[in-house]
Amino acid sequence: MSSTVVPAATETPRLGEGGPTPRALRRRSVRHFTATDALVLAGSLGASASLVWVVFYQLTFLAGAAGYVVCTLAVFLAIYYVANRHLFGRMAAADRVVAALATMAAAGVVTALALVVAWLVAHGYHLVSVTFLTRDQKGVLNTQPASAGGISHAIVGSLEEVGLATLIGAPAGVVTAVFLSEVGGRITGLVRTVVTAMSGLPPIVAGLFIYVVLITELHYGFRGFAGSLALAIMILPNVTRTTEEVLSVVHESLREASMALGAPAWRTVWSVVIPTARTGIVTALLLGIARVVGEAAPLIVTIFGSPAMNANPFSGPQEALPLFVFDYRSSSVAADIERAFSAGLVLVALVAVLFLLARIFSAMKPGTVGRLLRPSRHRRQEALS
Amino acid sequence: MRRESGAAPAALEEPAPVPAPAPLRTVTTASGLVADGVSAWFSGRLVIESVSLEMEASKVTALIGPSGCGKSTFLRILNRMHEVTPGAELAGRVLLDGEDIYGPEMRPTETRRRIAMVFQKPNPFPAMTVEDNVLSGLKFSGKRPRGKEKDDLVEEMLTRAGLFSEVKARLKTLGGELSGGQQQRLCIARALAVRPSVLLMDEPCSALDPSSTRRIEETMREIAEEVTVVVVTHNMQQAQRVSDYCALFLAGENAPGRIVEKGSTKDIFENPKDERTSDYVHGRFG
Repeated sequence: MSSTVVPAATETPRLGEGGPTPRALRRRSVRHFTATDALVLAGSLGASASLVWVVFYQLTFLAGAAGYVVCTLAVFLAIYYVANRHLFGRMAAADRVVAALATMAAAGVVTALALVVAWLVAHGYHLVSVTFLTRDQKGVLNTQPASAGGISHAIVGSLEEVGLATLIGAPAGVVTAVFLSEVGGRITGLVRTVVTAMSGLPPIVAGLFIYVVLITELHYGFRGFAGSLALAIMILPNVTRTTEEVLSVVHESLREASMALGAPAWRTVWSVVIPTARTGIVTALLLGIARVVGEAAPLIVTIFGSPAMNANPFSGPQEALPLFVFDYRSSSVAADIERAFSAGLVLVALVAVLFLLARIFSAMKPGTVGRLLRPSRHRRQEALS
Repeated sequence: MRRESGAAPAALEEPAPVPAPAPLRTVTTASGLVADGVSAWFSGRLVIESVSLEMEASKVTALIGPSGCGKSTFLRILNRMHEVTPGAELAGRVLLDGEDIYGPEMRPTETRRRIAMVFQKPNPFPAMTVEDNVLSGLKFSGKRPRGKEKDDLVEEMLTRAGLFSEVKARLKTLGGELSGGQQQRLCIARALAVRPSVLLMDEPCSALDPSSTRRIEETMREIAEEVTVVVVTHNMQQAQRVSDYCALFLAGENAPGRIVEKGSTKDIFENPKDERTSDYVHGRFG
């Protein structure tokens, strides 16, 4: 046995051993997309486009570009399958058709989003300027051109309402998640069901709840804070569900290590579980916030809206970006509709920034955020010693 | 015990360290631990039956035996980690310096501080630095040493765990960035920092390479003067190298685990009374 193995082993070139390094290490491609494959793909596309064109525009009088594209893609899949099956067999054909289907679905989603954003930019970009971002709509008549006035009152309102909603909803959401993940007990199932039901709550119902309780019953009046409470109801279940998910990923061995050092349960959660999951929790919060920044429905019946700047969320009606978009889009005046588009663009940009932050945080290693938040602690200690 | 300074590495070369009379050291915080008729259940299924074992202070006791015979469960009973598992129950007493750790006045958190534990897989806290990992046990009990006191403590504990020279320049890096063997020694330093009387180790070297294993075995011999060590191991050579006493656990088919034989390591390996012990330590089964 060994006599056959040893020579074979010496003949095989060994990696990283002896000899001069070849000047260029050529990486071999392991994915083979050959000319035949390209031809099959192009041919199938061409055949389906032509066939559907004949049927659509020559034989029948079906109309519409959308219908043409959908039918072409469907016929493409069929032709692609038949061609591949003929050339490579059934397994390869099924594999390629599923891959094509998945690619088309992904492309469809990206196209839809790109179209929405592009359309918004095309309609809204020309109004966005420093004056638009720094003025409010006080005293602006709808006979004036769209460039008169701005949306500063809506931006300030949105930031204050969402900020207060986060202060209320986010801690409650995180604590609820800690309860579900770390404390537990008999009512865990009930709490989880309620949270799941809450996340399916229509936003307008959250708004109406605050409206009925706070404004009609307690005569609290329309103000930013009422909107914050409605948004907090929206934030809580999202934060809870995402945070619970993140906490459940923290390895059980860390909890055991902490307990074995004599830590009480609350200490384990506070000093080990939450710091380990911190980046995930921050991401959960940002996603929860991004989710409600664009909500108009709960605000309609709680903050009422106002054309003038009102920086105090605890007194008098306030404006918000989504509410501004909703109100001005419903106007019959062209200038107002233009304003709505530009405000919508600003709103989308705001949400995009939040999602970007969420992506950055979620890519970080555990503990990084903590060090970013208190960067000077260790340096201060080093300076002292 | 003839373990003067510098003699410990030499002791490793000998196949069987000889159990000897009480240590010459006068200052010691090590406590004896006695398990008295301990049984354990998981979800109603009996896994250990009436295990009694005396773990002498300042000695290393090794628990050996095949997988699934209840060694780890027994170890977890010794510092009240067993009850953390849902569905776990137990019977019997565990006496630390004569006091039952399951007594009504004993708090589990306090018990676990006196009887520390090192786990099979290294589990340093990933969000804490090396230094904070060492100090974590103290932080959990509300103590926060500062300045020089803190630096001295970190150095002492890392030195005792045989890690200080390797990480002294990296005390502020995250615990998870060390290598596997270093992480396990960090866990030992972390466990020693609460100044326990007993240190339980659940197969501490099973995930490590031979050189890290050797460092940890050295550490075990060195700390045994001040801390009673109880170690679960699957490695016969390791049991022979590090332990003063051995206990062999065996479980029959559908029968709970029991101690088959206990005694000095020398006797267990060289002069076993039970035929099953002889078979097991010579690798004929298990």
